[in-house]
Amino acid sequence: MLWASIWMYCKVFLVGGAICLLGQVLVIKTKITTGRILVIFLMIGAVLGSFGLYNYLVEWAGAGATVPISGFGNSLVQGSIKAVKIYGLFGALAGGLMATAGGIAISIGLSYLVAFFASSKTKKN
Amino acid sequence: MDIQERNKKYIEYVELVSPKASWGKSLFNAFLIGGGICVFGQMCADILRYFLPMTDNVTISAWSSMMIITIAIFLTAFGVFDNIARFAGAGTIVPITGFANSIASCAIEFKKEGLIFGLGAKMFFVAGPVIVNGVAFSMIAGVIYWIITLL
Repeated sequence: MLWASIWMYCKVFLVGGAICLLGQVLVIKTKITTGRILVIFLMIGAVLGSFGLYNYLVEWAGAGATVPISGFGNSLVQGSIKAVKIYGLFGALAGGLMATAGGIAISIGLSYLVAFFASSKTKKN
Repeated sequence: MDIQERNKKYIEYVELVSPKASWGKSLFNAFLIGGGICVFGQMCADILRYFLPMTDNVTISAWSSMMIITIAIFLTAFGVFDNIARFAGAGTIVPITGFANSIASCAIEFKKEGLIFGLGAKMFFVAGPVIVNGVAFSMIAGVIYWIITLL
């Protein structure tokens, strides 16, 4: 039991680290900006997710596959596909946002609140 | 001066002045911090699973990424995140922390341009394309899947 969970954490670390390493290679090779990296990795996750391939990685590596932004793309597509089975065409339109609504809402809401209290002091240095 | 010649000189100058990041070290840092963030996410998921044993895996992973998003936004607000990001490179951009940081830092930076067209609109300067591409792709995938189920 203990060894199983240690092995699980190793897999999480390796897969998560490898995805970030791939991003860093892209950064060094092409001097790409943050927005483009995010979109590229999101689309990789979404394309793999739409063929159901990303779920194998999620089963194998847990948070190592769901925490990177490609996991966000996968849960958008998987949410949309799952909702089709329940709601039909309405699910195809609403399912993606339903599955990721929590993450998007907390990012927007908390950023809005935090912006009132924080100042952009990091710009000075 | 010819404009292309000037641009070429400028790019050469940028190459000269910008710090030479050593390949191995930056890759190692990205691997270490990126893997560490994912391990932290797995820890959050395991703790949640212990307290909420009936919840399904999708909800658990959504909750753990929401926890990471919360921490990333507070670190951005205190100005700590930039120091970590400078060290880790893509190690903090590729995990969901990069998405959270891009919203929070744009919100903080553009607050002075007003609440509606400053904070409200430019908050999505970096994260907007991510949401737009993701939602559009998921809608197309869902509609194709719906058509397949009809056949």
